[in-house]
Amino acid sequence: MAEPLLRMTLIGKRFPGVQALDDVDLEVLPGEVHALLGENGAGKSTLLKILSGAQQPDSGTIEFGGQRVTMASPHDAQRRGIVTIYQEFTLAPNMTIAENVFIGREPGLGVFVDWQKMAEETRAITTKLGLQLRPMSIVRNLNVAEQQMVEIARALSMKSRLIVMDEPTSALSSNEVAKLFRIIRDLKAQGLSIIFVTHRLEEVMQICDRYTVLRDGQLVGSGSIADTSIDDIIRLMVGRQVNALFAHRERTPAGDVALSVEGLSRRGNTQDQNATVLADVGFEVRRGEILGIAGLVGAGRTEMARAVFGADPFDSGRVIVDGREVHIRSPQDAIRHGIGLVPEDRKQQALFLALTVRTNLSMASHQQITRWGVFIDEAAERAMVEEYRKALNIRMASPEQLIASLSGGNQQKVTLARWLALRPKVLIVDEPTRGIDVGAKVEVHNLLYDMARTGIAVIAISSELPEVLAISDRIVTMREGRVTGDIKSEDANEEILMSMMTLSAKAA
Amino acid sequence: MTHETHPDIQAPVKTDIIGFLARFAPLIFLIVLMAAFAIGEPRFLTPLNLFNILRQVSIYGLLAVGMTFVILTAGIDLSIGSLVAFAGLVAAAVSKGGLSNRFNVGAGQEAASYGWYLAALAAIGVGLIGGFLQGFAITRLKVPPFVVTLGGMSAFRGAALLFAAGGPISGFEPNFVWLGQGRILGQVPVPVVIFLAFAVLAHIVLRYTRYGRQVYAVGGNPEAARLSGLNVGVVTTSVYVIMGFFAGLGAFVLAARLNSAEAVAGTGYELTVIASVVIGGTSLFGGVGTIFGTVIGTILIGVLLNGLVLMNVSSYIQQIIIGIIIVLAVAFDTFAKSRQRIA
Repeated sequence: MAEPLLRMTLIGKRFPGVQALDDVDLEVLPGEVHALLGENGAGKSTLLKILSGAQQPDSGTIEFGGQRVTMASPHDAQRRGIVTIYQEFTLAPNMTIAENVFIGREPGLGVFVDWQKMAEETRAITTKLGLQLRPMSIVRNLNVAEQQMVEIARALSMKSRLIVMDEPTSALSSNEVAKLFRIIRDLKAQGLSIIFVTHRLEEVMQICDRYTVLRDGQLVGSGSIADTSIDDIIRLMVGRQVNALFAHRERTPAGDVALSVEGLSRRGNTQDQNATVLADVGFEVRRGEILGIAGLVGAGRTEMARAVFGADPFDSGRVIVDGREVHIRSPQDAIRHGIGLVPEDRKQQALFLALTVRTNLSMASHQQITRWGVFIDEAAERAMVEEYRKALNIRMASPEQLIASLSGGNQQKVTLARWLALRPKVLIVDEPTRGIDVGAKVEVHNLLYDMARTGIAVIAISSELPEVLAISDRIVTMREGRVTGDIKSEDANEEILMSMMTLSAKAA
Repeated sequence: MTHETHPDIQAPVKTDIIGFLARFAPLIFLIVLMAAFAIGEPRFLTPLNLFNILRQVSIYGLLAVGMTFVILTAGIDLSIGSLVAFAGLVAAAVSKGGLSNRFNVGAGQEAASYGWYLAALAAIGVGLIGGFLQGFAITRLKVPPFVVTLGGMSAFRGAALLFAAGGPISGFEPNFVWLGQGRILGQVPVPVVIFLAFAVLAHIVLRYTRYGRQVYAVGGNPEAARLSGLNVGVVTTSVYVIMGFFAGLGAFVLAARLNSAEAVAGTGYELTVIASVVIGGTSLFGGVGTIFGTVIGTILIGVLLNGLVLMNVSSYIQQIIIGIIIVLAVAFDTFAKSRQRIA
């Protein structure tokens, strides 16, 4: 075996009340893609923060390129050739690609920037990555996948030897993931090492060479991907067997049509007045049914959900609830007609991070817990929280705990509870399991089944095809703002869905 | 999976020392400061002096209570000093028996008064309208609060100067003046009672009502609030209306205390008031803060200024000290938050 590029030995890190890392080792070989795996709270991010110099370990050593080093700061780590690409991008949105790639290291004479050289070097890097991006394009106008490529271009321009990618695929569509993987293989061929953090284990099997699994701050396993299986890795991650990860459930027959949408259309987004956002979108969902919505990023799934919920305006179209047309101009209207939305970005769109679990949970249903129209009845509120804590198995120390201190899965359960408390007829869940760990995913799926069983019409948007296939009764596919198909999930598989999502003509 | 062993559960942040300090820092600082002044200057810790301090801060305090609502929504109101001047002049004119009588002097003219309650209603009315106009511009015209209220700062001052037409309006009826200068139970200044009563009311509103919950929600995450079905525009407008109410009330009490209203009244109040709120722990980023903190912050500034005066520190140096304390208060707040986030 080659001498490792990176060797972190017996790393320990303690936070008040938590041993975040307990004698953890991590070895990355030159030219390999190394998967760093574990449930949320397992210690992955702490380990990466130590590697990138953002935090200092309490104990342990780091060797990089055969030398014992101390990562004093993120800048120090970058200088040594370790670049981290975070889930939340660190690009300056109003500057050009070239400026972002060379930010802080602009070529030129003294205070003057040599724009031509900067553009040329940027083009050289993007070409190497097989991208067709103009160096002078403004980053704001790029889509998420392209922005990520800019981050990678920046990492390459720094002559990095180790690139850490934290959940690089969570915001990408399958096509874009394939493109990213091609780039990762190129980088690998050039001798770079990559640490790959993801919740999608199929991707690990596809792209990674070796893996390290953490659980509760401890190293529980590492080895070669070729010698393992998804089931083995899951067993390591959760410390228990999760068989039938995405199990099909017993189907209950669906009832009457709860929601139908006809001719929903919208033109124009923030970047382009004439862009087609939604074009003649129509579908229906019945009581007790889970309708999956599949599509690549940019297919208009989230836009459709937000339009139906009144969060974004639409130009034309009809929304019919229980057989009657309703006019929805704001989320308040939608809620009045029994429609709820669990948005895709939990932190930005759903949670009040400075408030407690209790206040977060009751936020949409103040009406039920108000006395004399004015005062919050805290006893009733606590009872509501307790009811949903039990029903949804929300793991928390106290309802007075800040929501920010819960894990992603439990935060998502609180968000679901917020809507369940309203007893909606239709609940739209947008990427319900994004960024939450495997065990919690299964729990969220079960919650969706339970909701359907109680007669709620559930619309589930997901970028993970196995998930859509497993949880849905029926699946509608979208592409570029249009519905391209409608299929029963027992008749579908990943290949069929993928072709429906990429077809321009109506397949069904 | 059992409850007890799950790694995701962390103890509530309350238990950690830094979090505790961050919560009670203003109170602790106030106590330390008072102890220091009491040791250094015997006149400081007398009931008379303490009530004087409270009386001095009561108008700032009323404004700070209103400002807490605004800052909780991550807004700001720079116009309050000007609005206080304008509303005070209107109250004064009403008290004097109308616009044409406003410069009359003498006991005989006081009989022409429309009464203190009408004066109070007029001041509060001006405040409410001023606040609503600004709230409307912020929510409907989508102009940032800083810009809208900077405009309001200029516009209300102009209105006050126009209304005053050069001179102060002074000499009100005794009942009016008592509300600013009188004492209850022989000791407690009336403005202090008004301030504390409205502070308690505001505390109840923020802490126990549905509306209060909405203010925190809109300040903490406006998009999540909107998607939870809250009417973000109405809540945002309402905090400027509440601020306007307190500006009107403050203007009335100020006019009563000085037995006079003039166009340059309230100059620079916005700074002291915002400082009181921020020192009291309310986050300028919205969603975090309490009326209790604001009351402490207000008294803290009052004690500081009073103590410095007693110790013969020049008023120029006082301004420098206040400025430094504002910056340190926010720095401490940011530091405490970053510590909490790591933990």
